[in-house]
Amino acid sequence: MTILRTVLPQPTPETQHYWDGCAQSELRLQRCRACAQAYFPPRPVCPSCAARDIEIFAASGRATLHSYIINQRPRPDMGKDPHSIAVVLLEEGPKMMTNIIDCPQTPEALILDMPVEVVFIRQNDAITLPFFRPAQG
Amino acid sequence: MKPNTIAIVGAAETTRLGVIPELSTLGLNVDCAMNALEDAGLKPKDIDGIATAGEHPWNVAASLGITPKWVDGTSVGGCSYFLHVRHAAAAIAAGYCDTVLVTHGESGRSQVAPPRYGANPANFLGQFEMPYGIAAPVTQFTVPVLRFLKDTGTTQEDLARVAVVQREWAAMNPRATLKAPITIDDVMNSPMIAYPFRKLMCCLVTDGGGALILTRADRGKDFPTKPVYIMGSGEAVENPTISMMADFTSSASFRVSGKAAFESAGIRHADVDHLMIYDAFAHVPLYGLEDLGFCKRGEAKDFLRERRSAPGGELPMNTNGGGLSYMHSGMYGMYALQESVRQMRGTAAAQVADAKISVCHGVGNMFSAAGTFVFTNEL
Repeated sequence: MTILRTVLPQPTPETQHYWDGCAQSELRLQRCRACAQAYFPPRPVCPSCAARDIEIFAASGRATLHSYIINQRPRPDMGKDPHSIAVVLLEEGPKMMTNIIDCPQTPEALILDMPVEVVFIRQNDAITLPFFRPAQG
Repeated sequence: MKPNTIAIVGAAETTRLGVIPELSTLGLNVDCAMNALEDAGLKPKDIDGIATAGEHPWNVAASLGITPKWVDGTSVGGCSYFLHVRHAAAAIAAGYCDTVLVTHGESGRSQVAPPRYGANPANFLGQFEMPYGIAAPVTQFTVPVLRFLKDTGTTQEDLARVAVVQREWAAMNPRATLKAPITIDDVMNSPMIAYPFRKLMCCLVTDGGGALILTRADRGKDFPTKPVYIMGSGEAVENPTISMMADFTSSASFRVSGKAAFESAGIRHADVDHLMIYDAFAHVPLYGLEDLGFCKRGEAKDFLRERRSAPGGELPMNTNGGGLSYMHSGMYGMYALQESVRQMRGTAAAQVADAKISVCHGVGNMFSAAGTFVFTNEL
C-alpha cells in the first residue's frame, strides 16, 4: 500500500533514532534503565523518574486501538475521504497517534481495543511513517 | 495566597459579540478594555499592569497609552486569561503593581488581523501528530472521547445532552448567539464533523472579547460595582499534544488545578452555588465535573441525566450557554470568567438566586493546560 503524505516530520537530535528506526521497519521506543519505564515520544530524560540513563529498543509493533475519531472533513493534503485519526496503545505501554489503514474507515470496522499492528510506509529518503492496520495474525 | 485579598472590580465584554468585521483582533481588545475601565470608573492611566494572550501585551498597552510596570503574556490556549488573573493576583500581593487590566479580543469568525501561529514540523505536534492529518481542534481535542465513553459507560446521547442543557441556559440570555431550544435528536441528527462529534457538540466560532480589572480587596469598595473576591485558584499544564495525555479519561491538568483551587479557598464541593466549565466541545464539562471532584469517576453523565446542572438544578453550570451556545472566539476562557463575575455581582441574564460561591474552570489547548478559580461575593 502506498500512502504519501506532504506534511512530514522534521527530526531533531533527540528524535533521530526513532525516524532512523522507522526507515529500517523498526519501531524504536526509549526505556529508562533506572526505573524500566518505556515511553514515547522520544525525550532525553525519563518522564517517570528523571534519570538520564536511557536505552533505545525495538518495540514489537503490536498494539490495541485505544481511541480515535473519523475526520469527515480531511485536511486538503489528506484526500477527500473521511479517515481515522487514532491513538494506539503499544504492547510495551506507550501510546502513539497514527491512522488505522487497510480497513473501512467506519465505526463498525474500528472497534475499540481491537488488536492492530504496525506497517511502515516510506515517504522519502529521510522519512518513513508508521501506520497501523488490523492485526493479521 | 490568602483568600479574598484580591478583587475583580471591573469586568466587561466587547460592546457586541458574534460577527464583528469592523474590528481587528487588537480593536476587540481595546473595545472590551475601554468597557471594563468604564465599568470600574477608571481611566487607562490608573492601570499599572497589563496581561493578554493572542494579541501582544505591548500592542494593548500602546493602544491605551499605558506604560505598565507589570506585564504577563502567558499563552497556554483558551485558559490563558485564568493564568493572567492568577499571576496578576500574586503580582498585586507582591507589590509589583496595584491595578491590572487583563484583556482578550479575538476575531475568530471574521479573522481580521488574527495572530499567526506557524506549524513547526520539528516539535512534538509536528513530528508525531501532524503527519496523520490533524488540523483544527475538532480533530485533536476529540480524540480521547471514545475511550472516555467506553470506560465510563457514557453514551453519545450523553454528549448531546450537554449541548441540550446549555441551550436551555442560552435561551435565557439575550446576548447568546444560539437561543432556540434543541433536543437530543436534533444534536444526534446534526452533521457529523469528526465521529463521534456532531456539529451541535462543537463550539461556535464567533468574534468578541472581554476584559477584567483587578486590585487589592481593601480597595474593593471604592468602585461602582460589587467586588468579586478571589477565594482560591489553581493552574497546571500536562500534555503538549493530545496523544501525550497520560489518561484519556481524566485530565491531569484539571485535577492539579482544581485541587489547588479548592484547597486554597478552603471550601467543599457542597459550598459551590454556580459552576463554569469551559466547553470547547461537549465532552469537556464531563471531564471537568469528574476531575474537579463534583462527581465520582463515570458519574458526570448521571449528573447531566438528573438535570443537576440544568435550570432548576442544584449546581447551575455554564449559565451563559457556554462555548456551545453563547459564543466561542477560539480562546473562550475570558467569557467563562465574565459569567462567573456577573453571577457573583448578581447581574447575570440567568441569575442564580443568592449565589455566593462560583467555581470557574478553564482548559487550554487540547487538555494541555488548566486554570481554576473559586470566586465569592462575601468577605
